[in-house]
This record gives sequence, C-alpha cells and structure tokens, in this order.
Amino acid sequence: MSVFSGLKFRKVYSPIHNLDPRIKFIYVCSIFAVAIMFGELLPLMALFLLQIPFVVVAGVKREWLRSMRGAAFLATFIFLTNFIASYIGAGYVFTAKILETAVAMTLRFIVLVESFSVFFLTTSPDHLGLALEQTHVPYEFVFAFTTAVRFVPVLAEEAETIMDAQKARGLELERGNFLKRIRNYIPVLIPLIVSAIRRSLELAEAMESRAWGATKKRTNLYTLKVHRGDVVLIALTALTLVAAVYARLYLPVPSLSELLKIPS
Amino acid sequence: MIEVKDVHFSYPNGVQALDGVSLTVKKGEFLAVMGQNGAGKTTLVKHFNGLLKPTRGEVLVDGVATTKVSVAALARNVGFVFQNPDHQLFSETVEEEIAFALRNFGLNEDVVKKRITWALNLLGLAQYRKTSPFMLSGGERKRVALASVLAWDPKILILDEPTIGQDYQQKEKLRQFILQMRTRGKTVIIVTHDVEFVAECNPRVILMREGKIIIDGEARKVLTNPEILEEASIIPSQIAQVFLQLSEMGLPCNVIDVYEAKSILLSFLESHR
Amino acid sequence: MALVETRNLTYTYPGATRASIREVSLRIEKGEFVLITGPSGCGKTTLCRCFNGLIPSFYQGELEGEVFVAGLHVSEHPIYEVAKHVGFVFQNPENQLFALSVEKDVAFGLENLGIKREEMRERVDSALKLAGVYDLRERAPHELSGGQQQRVAIASVLAMQPEIIVLDEPTSFLDPLSAKKIFEVIYDLNKRLSITVILVEHRLDLTARYADHIVIMDDGQVVMDGDPHDVLRSEEARLIGIGIPKATRLFQLLKADGMNLGEKVPLSSEELAEMLREAVKDQ
Repeated sequence: MSVFSGLKFRKVYSPIHNLDPRIKFIYVCSIFAVAIMFGELLPLMALFLLQIPFVVVAGVKREWLRSMRGAAFLATFIFLTNFIASYIGAGYVFTAKILETAVAMTLRFIVLVESFSVFFLTTSPDHLGLALEQTHVPYEFVFAFTTAVRFVPVLAEEAETIMDAQKARGLELERGNFLKRIRNYIPVLIPLIVSAIRRSLELAEAMESRAWGATKKRTNLYTLKVHRGDVVLIALTALTLVAAVYARLYLPVPSLSELLKIPS
Repeated sequence: MIEVKDVHFSYPNGVQALDGVSLTVKKGEFLAVMGQNGAGKTTLVKHFNGLLKPTRGEVLVDGVATTKVSVAALARNVGFVFQNPDHQLFSETVEEEIAFALRNFGLNEDVVKKRITWALNLLGLAQYRKTSPFMLSGGERKRVALASVLAWDPKILILDEPTIGQDYQQKEKLRQFILQMRTRGKTVIIVTHDVEFVAECNPRVILMREGKIIIDGEARKVLTNPEILEEASIIPSQIAQVFLQLSEMGLPCNVIDVYEAKSILLSFLESHR
Repeated sequence: MALVETRNLTYTYPGATRASIREVSLRIEKGEFVLITGPSGCGKTTLCRCFNGLIPSFYQGELEGEVFVAGLHVSEHPIYEVAKHVGFVFQNPENQLFALSVEKDVAFGLENLGIKREEMRERVDSALKLAGVYDLRERAPHELSGGQQQRVAIASVLAMQPEIIVLDEPTSFLDPLSAKKIFEVIYDLNKRLSITVILVEHRLDLTARYADHIVIMDDGQVVMDGDPHDVLRSEEARLIGIGIPKATRLFQLLKADGMNLGEKVPLSSEELAEMLREAVKDQ
C-alpha cells in the first residue's frame, strides 16, 4: 500500500490548484520552450527560480522535493556526459566555461522536470479530465483517464489482498533464484487480471445502465471559468515569452563566468 | 492456542487499526469476530497467521511469537480463507488449486494426492476435480477456496466473511461444516457481521469497534445487548428482537435460538392460561 | 398493461447450454415494492438484467418472450432509453461509482443524457438529499464507507428520475445497521415518491416487512408469486431453502405445536411481538 499511497488523489485547495489547467498547461509549455531557447546558465537559473513561488503557494514542497530527488540520478548523468564530452572536446583542458555549460544543460533538464511536476502536483485528476473534455478531447478518452485514476488505489489494495491470500497458502514470494521469483508472482497476477476483467464488466454494466452514449452532445456538471488568477498567469506567461524572445534576438546573454571575471 | 497480548497496530499510512487488543482463543474454541467494516476485525485475524505483525504487544500461536516465524511456517497450523475466492484461485484445475499450498509446504506427491482426494470429498467437490475453478459458480468457488486451505489440515481455521453473498442453504451447509470441524477438535474463527448466522451457530463472540474489543462473551449474551451492538453497527438477531420487545411481560431477554424460543413461549403461554 | 410485464421470458447466455431463466411471466404494478428471492443461481440477477435491456443488448444471447417496461418493448430500444425509466443499483458499490467526486458521479447519467447544467445541478442536489448523502457531495468515493457508497449509487440512479429502481443484493457487503438504513431509504422512496422498487435479496429478515409482493425463483423459474404473508407461510417456500425470517419461522413452529397466534404470518419481530402481546391479553 505504501508504494501506491502517493497515487491517491486528494482534494487540496490553493490558488495554484484553482488555476485553469489549460492555462497552467500553456504556461508549462512556454517554460519548456524558453528553456530550449537558452543554453546559458543565467536565464535558466531565472526560470528555475520563477517556479519556486508556485511550489510554495501551492503548499506542495514535500512532494516537489521528492520529484526533484527522483530526477537527481538522471541530472547527474546529464551533467557528467556534458562535462566529460566538452572536456575532451576542448582538448583535455578544464575551464570555468566548460563547467558552466555542463551545469546549464543539467539545469535545463531540471527546469523541465520542475515545471511538469508543478503542473501534475497541483492539478487534480478530475480538474484535468474536465480541461481535456472542454478542449474537445473525445469523452471516451477522458473517461478512460479519470476511471484509471479512480481505480489505481482500488487495484493496488486488491493486489495486497491477493498477495496476503497466497502467502496464507504458503507462497514465499522472495524465495528462489531470479526466474523462480518471477514465477512466484503468477499466483498473484492471475487473480489480479481475472478480477480486473470481472470489474471492468461490472463497470460497463453500470455505465450502460446510466445511459452511457445516449447523446453525442454530452453536458457537464462543472464548467471551467477563467478567474483573475488565470488572467495573471496568462499575463505572466506572455511576458516571459516576450522577454525571452527579445533577449534571445537582441541582447547578448552574459555567462556567469564572464560576469564574475573568472579568467578562462 | 492463540494469545493476543495488548496488541496495537498501525498501517504504514498511519491509520491505527488495533488499539490495545488482548484475547485468548483456546484449542477447539469457536469464535466469531464481529463489528463494523473498518473496526479492525480482519486486521486482528491477519495477526494470527503472521500476515501482520503487531507494532506493539505480541501475538503467540501455541506459545511462539508470530514475529519469530515466517508466515509460511505459521500457515501450516493456521489456515486462513479469504472473503473473496477470486482473490486466490489461479490454477487450471480444481485439483491443481488444492495442490498449490501442499506443494508450497513441501509435502511429497503421494501425500499431496491423498490430501486432495480427502479435501474434495469433504466439501463435495469430487466431480469437479479436473474442472477449471473459473467455470464454477460463486458458491462452488468459495468451496474450492475452502478446500484448498483445509487440505493441509490446519489446527486453526480462520474464515473471513464466509457468508457474504451466500444463500440460506449454502449457509446451512457451512454451519454443518463448522460443527464437523469442531468435533474434530479444530479451532474455528469466523469474521462476520451476519447476526442471523452467528445466532444459529452460537459461538463465543467478540465485538470490535475502532480497534478495540468492546465485549467478549457467549452469543446469547452479546447478541441480546442492543446498546452495545449498536456501537458496533449491528442489530440484534430477529429472535432476540422479539424477546427484547416482550421483556416487560417477564420473558427472558437472552434468547437467540428459534427452538429455545418456541419452548419458552409455549410454557409461558401455558402458565398464563 | 402493468408497469413491468414479462411474457414467457426464456433466456440463454451466449455459449451456455441451458437457459438461465425459463418461461417467466410476471406483472409488477406501479408503486409496488417487489422482493425477488431464491437460492444462488436461480436466475434472479438474469431476470433483473432483462428489465433495463442489459439483456439482450449488452449480453447478447438468445431471448424468447417479451418484456415491457413503462410501455416500452425493451428489446427494441437501446439501453440508454430504457435507463430513463429504470434505475439499476448493483451489489458491489465499488464498481458502479466511476467519478472522482460524489456529485460528479451522481451527475454522470444526466451528463450522458445531455441535460442542461442548471437543471442538472438541481436534480443532482435533490437526489443527494433524498439519499441522505448531500454532505458528502465533494468527497471522493474511495473515502466513503460501503454504506455511504451504496447510498451514492442510489442517488446516482435517483437523479435520472426513474419510475422503477432495480436493486440487486445492494447490501451484501454492508454491516446490518448500514443495510437497515439502505432499506429504509429505499422504502421511503417507494412510499413518498411512489417509485416502483424491485429488490433482489437473500436477507428476508431485513426486507420481508417492506414488500407488497414477493417472487420466489428456483432453477430459472418463478415458483411462487404473491403477497408475502401468503408466500412465506407456505411449506414450499421453506423447502426451496430460502431464508424465511426467524419471526415467521417461530410463528410456524408455535402453530405446529398447537399455538395459533392468528391468520396472517408475521414478517418482522415487531409483528410477532404484537401478536404475542395480544395472545397474552386474550387469555
């Protein structure tokens, strides 16, 4: 249960959670685009810092740190390959510039992870489903998405029960060599699959009984309205984009080592 | 014998499911654990075969702490039949299904064969030996699950919600089966909220609420106490209700059996004639 | 024509060699509370699936005979059309709630029907109130107890304002007190809104008292059909092995030993207690 408890959606309210997911998504994509535009450390640092207020206001610091920690391994890998490649490329000479570029590349990756994790950490699945629906994604897909989210914790709990039931019949999951261990999971997987199939049949029956597919023009209990916060976010996004494009085209972007006058 | 000594248990997500439970189940006893969903019934019995280990306190099965031995070792003595048979059936034939645990316990093939035949006969499943368990009806699947545990002849048998979705005849068969287990000296523990079934079986009953045992006693005492039953989201069995309503006429309040009720009423009305 | 009527209904599931229900002819009048019972595998659930068109539209298979519900010839209409008249509550609450919040779930059927938002809001709120789960409207289904989930399922069906509600063993997973509350909600809907109720149940001790009409099935056929007092009195009902309420059983045992408490058999502990009080007073 511990592994899956993170997947249980909880209703949380914060100004960030209440933002229109569509606009949040545009924002994330813009950050993404800007991060791609710049290879320099300073603008990437700015992008990184820009997101911190979101994390704080939404109150998802702990979850956010967890996802950052998850990205740490890949980030280290990116750093090392970049660093070693340019070190070799420069003829085995170490300069501050090389280090800065490697850090910038790593930070670019971190910014991408950061913005997407802010999006997913602050968007409840039903809100997301609603946004998908209102952006004319076919309802079947949206329904499949929200149902999947709804049943992840249920199936996880079921898997636990099945494991307990088989352990009570003397099954030792951790016994034997690698192949044997995989085989040990068959008595868990088969009941899980069978019961998922039964469950989906029951779900289908219940859906049919509640007029599934009665009309092409489905309505929705909720509607997404644009609030003041959304307008602020749009403005912020537009500003960031304009500033970024302007800076890219007309401004020389200084590197940190130049600013600090580190001799190369 | 099972000894539960001041057991506390919290799930990894922080939910406290048991809050200081102490209990002794003697050899050959028949115990019903009752209470609302979420009261900690299943959590408690999962401690008896080591599926869960206490966060505080200890559980001893035949004098051995459950923390000292593996679930597989405990399972030899403590059979546990889960509520939903579909959570354990996976084999191609009923025979294979029953053999699964026997092979896990390392019994030799001759013994396995004998035990299978014995279990199939005990539960009236002999004609389904080569059938796929998935082809059977719900009631039959429940029996296969039971047979697959009984086959290794555990000393203690735990049945989690054995009557859910069962009709009257199936329940009656189950009751007969439990009686048979008892004459063979087995300890039987059922987890249930089926009051009428418990009233017919007349076991020792413990009622649980919010991780605690709120009453422990014979069925006729527990099932006729409406105040305490209500705390556990249970209502008195129907015969008990009749007598509770008539208590002002001087009738006893602790009747749950329909035949006993009949003779009490007959002599009562005779004396009022 | 009765509100629900079946004529010589026989149905075989695809791939099955034997019909699950045979020659079933039933009439259910508007406003009735009907209890369908019988041993496992007797065809109760199959019969219910015929009432809203799950059979034959969803299950295929071979259907003979006719079903009329609210004036519709069921097999000639898609399920969603019949669903406006017949609501269905299933055994497992978990598998009939799909949304991530209670009110969204209750709205599901109305969204499917394309009802306008303002009207939908009203219908959702009133259904939530009728089922007594209005306060839970923003909760996620997995946070609720089984009894609450089942009441949400009832609300989901009520929102569609059906004339008939079919409930297939809705309380098997619930504790007795929650079960009793569910039955009280259903009974209340039946009496106050005159919604016709078709309830499939094994637990007659909790439900017999509410029924105006009881149907006993065995091996795919209707074997008894009538007033609960008459049906449950019969020796036949007992021999089929349905769970006669203990109060009814006690009454019969007393009668067999020469103590007749009255003509009408009791269906609940209250009825029996009242009879016994009378008997003592008379003497």
